[in-house]
Amino acid sequence: MEENLYHLQYAMDTFYFLVCGALVMWMAAGFSMLESGLVRAKNTTEILTKNVALFSIACIMYMLCGYSIMYGGEVFLSGIADVDSAAVLGEFAEREDGFTGGSIYSGAADFFFQVVFVATAMSIVSGAVAERMKLWAFLLFAVVMTGFIYPMEGSWTWNGDAVFGLYSLGDLGFSDFAGSGIVHMAGAAAALAGVLLLGPRKGKYGPNGEINAITGANLPLATLGTFILWMGWFGFNGGSVLKLGDIANANSVAMVFLNTNTAAAGGLVAALATARLLFGKADLTMALNGALAGLVAITAEPSTPTALGATLIGAVGGVLVVFSIIALDKLKIDDPVGAISVHGTVGIFGLLVVPLTNSDSTFVGQIVGGLTIFVWVFGVSLIVWALIKLVMGIRVSEEEEYEGVDLAECGMEAYPEFTHK
Amino acid sequence: MKLVTAIIKPFKLDVVREALSDIGVHGMTVTEVKGFGRQKGHSELYRGAEYVVDFLPKTKVEIAVSEAQLDTVVEAISKAANSSKIGDGKIFVSNLEQVVRIRTGETGDQAL
Repeated sequence: MEENLYHLQYAMDTFYFLVCGALVMWMAAGFSMLESGLVRAKNTTEILTKNVALFSIACIMYMLCGYSIMYGGEVFLSGIADVDSAAVLGEFAEREDGFTGGSIYSGAADFFFQVVFVATAMSIVSGAVAERMKLWAFLLFAVVMTGFIYPMEGSWTWNGDAVFGLYSLGDLGFSDFAGSGIVHMAGAAAALAGVLLLGPRKGKYGPNGEINAITGANLPLATLGTFILWMGWFGFNGGSVLKLGDIANANSVAMVFLNTNTAAAGGLVAALATARLLFGKADLTMALNGALAGLVAITAEPSTPTALGATLIGAVGGVLVVFSIIALDKLKIDDPVGAISVHGTVGIFGLLVVPLTNSDSTFVGQIVGGLTIFVWVFGVSLIVWALIKLVMGIRVSEEEEYEGVDLAECGMEAYPEFTHK
Repeated sequence: MKLVTAIIKPFKLDVVREALSDIGVHGMTVTEVKGFGRQKGHSELYRGAEYVVDFLPKTKVEIAVSEAQLDTVVEAISKAANSSKIGDGKIFVSNLEQVVRIRTGETGDQAL
């Protein structure tokens, strides 16, 4: 009888991982729609190409070497399908706390759940460098980011390896539940390095310090993308509980879903109100960024805050993101979709509020952990972007930028019947 | 004969058309146009950055009328298109040398 229950628990937790992984995979669709809505019509095909290609590159690179760098095991995932049922049942029997102990599930499901997180981190980069970066330079960076840069910092955090054998983030009290820092801030750090070397879009900043608006082509798509991301996030945070199959964990999963949802709502309302107070108008794009900021803010710890607490954490994220977008514009750091603010600025905030509700984490741990991730990802990304710039260039020509990267890079337009240059 | 060219606010088109029908105007040509006058453009906001729309959408109405009709037509348009706000538009009146109704070959006032 007990053996049968173990079989069922294994099946349930594996199934839970797979469903959550599929939800996170769908976030790639969210990023694609959000970004294609916030760029100009002449750059739509190219941003879509970047999004589908980066997702696929992430999946292949993480399979080839990323997963083994991050979690150990063989390259090419060799041996991942070899599961000895008797040995697994043995693990269950020896597990501390019996039925309510740690999660035991399929290794292939673990890979599937992890690989979609890598793709998410890389998706963050594409929006920030949109409308001016060369397609193939971007894809080359995606290879390094998903096969090496992200897996390295992932091994120090979620896998608990010492950072270059020097210090252990876990021992310092670093905690990042689903990756405000490990996924989101890491993606933003890579994006920031790219944007600094790339420069702003032509016409974004005037010679006398003017900040010009370059309006997105399709706000319905941007809104759809935000809702898709919002939905996918239930898998992102919910799956990170890692187990569904007992009362305590099932409750934890339910709380994570609840908090994730309410934080997004808090972020959206706060950003909408902030934009209304600052600009006098209800800026939809800021509200959308606010929902995502709420989600990023709660990602570092969605299981311990109360529902009201989660709403407030999301709301602070929503206010922060508006001011961060304005500040980056003042610094002439051009980020067409607000990715660096949503995932970077608010990602840091998400890390820093964890100790307020989770007594296992410490402020020192969060700061050291955040700094470690940022310095590593930003530093190595800067070197990689610089090398690519040296070898093949990272920016399209001025004329190609004016005509739109759709024609320059893909040779086709997204809306051939009515494209405004 | 005169050609009356009125540049009006797009939302006023229906009112102007009705006013002209009421005084017996049987035909007009309508074009969507863009431009600016004293109203200039207006500024909009996107993610906290302002941008200026220089050319505002307007509607151009063209009507060919006889000398006798001219004053009532101009008055009807002025009244109907007036919202007392900047940007209501202008009415231009110019001489019209000849009019031909293509189907019948009628010319001049007969063709109006």
